[in-house]
Amino acid sequence: MIRYLAFLAALLIAISSSAVPLSAQETSLANVQLSDPVQEAKAKELMESLRCLTCQSQSIADSDAEMAEDMRHLVRTRVQAGESSDEIRNWLVERYGDYVSYSPDVIGPNWPLYAIPGLLLLVGIALFLRRLRGRS
Amino acid sequence: MTAEIGLAALWMAAALCVMQFITGALALRADTVSEGADIGAITRPAAIVQGLLAMTAFVCLLWLFAITDLSVKLVASNSHSDKPLLYKITGAWGNHEGSMSLWIAVMALSGAAIGALEKRLPEKTIQAVLAAQGAVGAGFYAFIIGSSNPFERLPTPAAQGAGLNPLLQDFGLAFHPPTLYMGYVGLSVAFSFVVGALVTRQVTPDFARAMRPWVLGAWVFLTLGISAGSWWAYYELGWGGWWFWDPVENASLMPWLAATALLHSVTVLAARDALRTWTVMLGVVAFSMSMLGTFIVRSGVLTSVHSFAVDPERGAFILILLAIYIGGALALFAWRAGTISEGKRFALASREAALVFNNIMLCAILGVVLLGTLYPLMAEAMGDRVSVGAPYFNSVSAVFALPMFAIMAVGPILRWRQDSGGRISKAAILLAAIGIVTFVAGWLASDAGILPLLGLAFAAVLGVASVLPLYSRSLRRTPLATWGMVLAHLGIAVSLFGMASESGFSKETLAAVSAGESAAIGPYEVTLLGVEPLAGPNWTALEARLSVSDGSEPVVLRPQSRSYVQPVQTTTESALHNRWDGQLYVVLGQAAGDGRWQLRLWWKPFVTLIWYGSILIALGGAMAAVGHIMTGHRRRRLVVRLKERRAEEAALA
Repeated sequence: MIRYLAFLAALLIAISSSAVPLSAQETSLANVQLSDPVQEAKAKELMESLRCLTCQSQSIADSDAEMAEDMRHLVRTRVQAGESSDEIRNWLVERYGDYVSYSPDVIGPNWPLYAIPGLLLLVGIALFLRRLRGRS
Repeated sequence: MTAEIGLAALWMAAALCVMQFITGALALRADTVSEGADIGAITRPAAIVQGLLAMTAFVCLLWLFAITDLSVKLVASNSHSDKPLLYKITGAWGNHEGSMSLWIAVMALSGAAIGALEKRLPEKTIQAVLAAQGAVGAGFYAFIIGSSNPFERLPTPAAQGAGLNPLLQDFGLAFHPPTLYMGYVGLSVAFSFVVGALVTRQVTPDFARAMRPWVLGAWVFLTLGISAGSWWAYYELGWGGWWFWDPVENASLMPWLAATALLHSVTVLAARDALRTWTVMLGVVAFSMSMLGTFIVRSGVLTSVHSFAVDPERGAFILILLAIYIGGALALFAWRAGTISEGKRFALASREAALVFNNIMLCAILGVVLLGTLYPLMAEAMGDRVSVGAPYFNSVSAVFALPMFAIMAVGPILRWRQDSGGRISKAAILLAAIGIVTFVAGWLASDAGILPLLGLAFAAVLGVASVLPLYSRSLRRTPLATWGMVLAHLGIAVSLFGMASESGFSKETLAAVSAGESAAIGPYEVTLLGVEPLAGPNWTALEARLSVSDGSEPVVLRPQSRSYVQPVQTTTESALHNRWDGQLYVVLGQAAGDGRWQLRLWWKPFVTLIWYGSILIALGGAMAAVGHIMTGHRRRRLVVRLKERRAEEAALA
């Protein structure tokens, strides 16, 4: 019985989802690639470095969420209009804050993210040299 | 009844665990108190019985899940009688309480194994090791009994269970968490060894040999656990990604990085009696990272796709445990580190120097991952929301990983203690040439980014370099442990090759097609034959039939979009098709109107090598562990026989 009902439900889903109005679907670039492969590659790279705000730890390039779809549409539209990746990222950061970008700037409030590994490198080299010098 | 037996076993195991800690610790003072000498003798049997009891408790839990006993709260809230039996059982550790029970069972069993089998070290050191294990275990028992009792009954049995997250109803779940936990527990055993050796001043090659199988074992399990998780995410999440730099993934990567460094350092200590403080320090770090990993996973403190078991209160408990253990370990280290000398010295051109350099690089990568994972948390505490993701981790960790790969290529052909650069210059030039040629060829032939190309070049270099230690050796007399190293290093090359080619040369096609229409992706032509509804045991689905051809005989692939009833959730079931040079990855998206369906298609060259490589790595680690255990066994027998012969000679004379 449960199986039968489930089957019916699936059928219903299949029918109802194919009845979604065309206009809304066709204009969206959420799941449609740009015709220019260079632009599409640029958009793809950008999408992979933007956070889906309603998901948990997913970029907008790999999420089914509506928010991610809207943002993918936005990125593709702007790339198509010839905006640079930085412009689009900045535009989004202005609206949603640093949280939306997976790639924090070197210059800006998040400089420790880059300074600390640099420091680690120096400490590592110092440690290594000290061990060797201790020999003689 | 089963639930009560399980709970009783858990309580008794907890009591024995405390006893193991107290007797082992008291035995340390036995040189001053002569009556105390006997008390330490209880430690080993306590560890063995504790292991059996903890295992009993876990088996009881498995049984409750297998028969879906809905009067038990945990079963009622995580299982469902309609689920297939396999997922009923794996569901036992797919939740917080169950996973902590698994953790404790594995940990207690390791203690039992040490108690029953470990004979190499002085008795006092073993007792101290078991005491340390008792101390770590006691915290976990307090945690599980106090705040996450898996055997709690419901006042009235539930009519039906609440089900299990459908993402978790998968073979990946049967495999991924237990292997990771075994890795974490193995590192806690290594930590106990470190504490025991520190307290009894026994940081010796013998200690390193006794600890090594545990480190190697932990490392093998972590490798398998991480790659199983990555494979699972790859085919289950439906977007073709295999590593997301998600906090929970990082939580398993960090102990692996520390364990990798530790395992090389332990090898130096066992073979050369050098790097004593290093080894001890890395033991502490590796354990801290596995505790931190548990904290991140179990508390859900960092937003993550994995936070199935979010509970801030429990997080606070683990955070306190974490602070006590790590703080205690570091304090002990600071207190006793001065008493160990660094051990034997070595030159710049020596295998030890190469290992130290790479250990430092591994620790630096660990630092980067740790920083990137915790930074958003710190920033949030300061009132700022920041995301740190793939672009950061990839580029910053590469700064340390690339030099590491270069040294890794020549390290194994260097001699211990002192070598001359001249001896290996031929090999080094050959390897450099291979790398440069690969890089330039990739540069000219494709438009891939710098990092994938560098990855490809280093994969080629390491592939050749990994087998160089076998050059001019008698293959039949090469020790098993050396074969293990060769295999593990080759596995790194293979994995790296897979990662580089996937990230550099993947192709993507998004298409909306109706039945009969086609889309092209990589070497393939994909034709939609139709989309039909389908029902499974506890789900319904829409299944697309796709005819896939690369010019030869077409194959039919069936990706699904599944809807689970209990609980309600939709998942994508990707369909994969392998060719010798890569994998086709197809996903059915939403209906696009007008009878068309969205298809997401990826062509991923050599992507499967990522996981085949990690199987090689794990196999190599396992071979090394077996090889070392066998050699150690043989050596001990030899020593015993020599002693007997000497005694006989003395008796004759």
